[in-house]
Amino acid sequence: MSTPFDRNLKISGKFHMSKVVIKVEHLSKAYQLGEIGTGTISRDLERWFAKLRGKEDPYMKLGETNDRTIKGGSDVVWSLKDVSFEIEKGDAVGIIGRNGAGKSTLLKIISRVTAPTSGRISGKGRVASLLEVGTGFHPELTGRENIYLNGTILGMRKREIDRKLDEIVEFSGVLRYIDTPVKRYSSGMYVRLAFAVAAHLNSEILIVDEVLAVGDAQFQRKCLGKMQDASTNEGKTVLFVSHQLGMIQTLCKRCIHLEAGMVHAQGPTADVIKGYLETGAKVDEKDMNDILIDSDLDKPAQIRSLRLVDAEGRSKNEFDVFEKRYLEAEVEVKTDRLSFIFYYYLKKNEEIIVCSHENDRDASRLDIRKKGIYKYRISLPVNIKAGTYSFASIGLGIPNQGAIHALENVLEFNLEEYSFDGSLSGYSNKRPGVILSDSEYAVF
Amino acid sequence: MDSHYDWHIEGKSSLLDLKLKEVWDYRDLLWLLVRRDFVAFYKQTILGPAWFFIQPLMTTIIFTFVFGRLGGFKTDGIPQPLFYMAGVTTWNYFADCLTKTSTVFKDNAHIFGKVYFPRLIMPLSIVVSNLVKFGTQMILFLCMLGYYLIFRREECSPNMYILLFPYLILLMALLGLGLGMIISAMTTKYRDLAFLVTFGVQLLMYATTVVYPLSTADSGIRWIIEANPMTAVIETFRYGFLGNASFSWSGLGYSSIFTFIVLVFGVVIFNKVERTFVDTV
Repeated sequence: MSTPFDRNLKISGKFHMSKVVIKVEHLSKAYQLGEIGTGTISRDLERWFAKLRGKEDPYMKLGETNDRTIKGGSDVVWSLKDVSFEIEKGDAVGIIGRNGAGKSTLLKIISRVTAPTSGRISGKGRVASLLEVGTGFHPELTGRENIYLNGTILGMRKREIDRKLDEIVEFSGVLRYIDTPVKRYSSGMYVRLAFAVAAHLNSEILIVDEVLAVGDAQFQRKCLGKMQDASTNEGKTVLFVSHQLGMIQTLCKRCIHLEAGMVHAQGPTADVIKGYLETGAKVDEKDMNDILIDSDLDKPAQIRSLRLVDAEGRSKNEFDVFEKRYLEAEVEVKTDRLSFIFYYYLKKNEEIIVCSHENDRDASRLDIRKKGIYKYRISLPVNIKAGTYSFASIGLGIPNQGAIHALENVLEFNLEEYSFDGSLSGYSNKRPGVILSDSEYAVF
Repeated sequence: MDSHYDWHIEGKSSLLDLKLKEVWDYRDLLWLLVRRDFVAFYKQTILGPAWFFIQPLMTTIIFTFVFGRLGGFKTDGIPQPLFYMAGVTTWNYFADCLTKTSTVFKDNAHIFGKVYFPRLIMPLSIVVSNLVKFGTQMILFLCMLGYYLIFRREECSPNMYILLFPYLILLMALLGLGLGMIISAMTTKYRDLAFLVTFGVQLLMYATTVVYPLSTADSGIRWIIEANPMTAVIETFRYGFLGNASFSWSGLGYSSIFTFIVLVFGVVIFNKVERTFVDTV
């Protein structure tokens, strides 16, 4: 009888095997939580001395003993548990998973920054891993010197850098300042130079953490393009970890979904992402996107809190392109019969102001209210493409007088192309444009 | 089947796999790190390389005054400044290698947490970087020696044993490296050990023949001083450059064996700690 397992075995025949460049077998990684040592020799000596006199451990926290007996030796946390997969040459593979799913641990082990507890990884070809750009950059060294230092840290030989120097400098666009110490660089220039080195690594396997989420949007696109080239044209294998699903979709053909340290699913990107979205809620537990503001007596009216929510009122900072989204604001009015308007400027990718909204158009919405705290729910545009958005400004103003209270560059949120299907190519973020246009056709 | 792959990552690794070939492959990085250290030091201090001279010079002056003048320590018939300068220069190199290597994990935690390269490169680069400082201090020492030979016609006579100098550098470097790596591995577990190191190195100096010659040590404590591997190194250095010290081949042999054992032990323990050190910081 042929089980699915049998079929898998058949596929991995000889021809198949030779294409595998990374093979991960039963990889596990445990972290010790319990007290192994106190971290300092003096405390350990104190502890030892206390034990010698028959006293209790001076560094044992109250309740700790009880917890231990209940948990029963659970002071080992498995960050990765029996993870196995194979990656073939030329593949661009995305690794997705929620915080704590083991993505970073997996990346660290493949990058050899830390060792696994058990299991093994076998590989073919040189590996370059980018858990960060610009590792080892020294502020006192010039751009050129840092290219060499960073390049060799990432595993290049000096000769290789000699050959690629012009290309790297050209890609970074900092030619004029290449002999200036990098401490004088703007942060943008610094990142561009650092990324340029990384983009020119001469390796067969490239491991990339979310370092792409740096620099300005234009440079980010340039880097993405370079990475895509690496896998499709140069036959390099790219392993990419991100929680920006849009990016994964653009870059990766295949995907591995980690959940609680185990491989939850793997396969074509679209399928895996679909499954990923179906598991678990996306509510942000940390409420990172909630802004609370203390009361300020000088202001006749002010915003006290701001957050982004979905249709069910759940706090979020990541939405599907087609999902309804709202801005919730609490406004405190301290003067009776104050007439003011609410406004926001929405911007995309730190570049373009997408729209500026003011609620003064509709006379009925002009706020003339009594003292008190009022809660607003303001719907946000849904006809905009995927990307990173934030509010250039949110505030209260009095017509013809100006702003009373304004908050600038707040509430960043992402729109992702989760619920996308290929037939909507005009809506895709890959095409130019900011808004989604759903023009209707009348054919005569 | 395994021959298809050219690298493996496993949970356990052989203790004796020192990955020296890999270190060799990364030799360019070693050189660039040395260069970085030098440039950074040169640019960051106001006095720049002049600082390299001031430190041993001041120490020599103070030692001459305190131990030579006030204490009346014997110096084997060698002019006091030369005697102390020889001790200070060599000791400083060893001590610098030791203290800097002992904090290598702490100082480089950021880089180690982000990129893999053979970790041994870092302590090696420290030992080589310090060579630059040692070199400039040696020039100062040689100038002093020249002055005493030509103008003062003192009875110090450099001899054939000067040829052992390169070997002495190697011994100091490897001993500092080995001890430093052992301590660095221990400081990942015990952070406060790092304070003990600075203090310990200071104390150790007095158990070495930096401020007194071995010949003045009486038989009661002589064995302690001789058990210190740096003693033979400094005595040999003084014997070769200044012509009078308690040099013996057996002493030098002892230091060599001691250094070798410490070094192998250091590399093994360093490689073991290096694999999971990132998890503990």
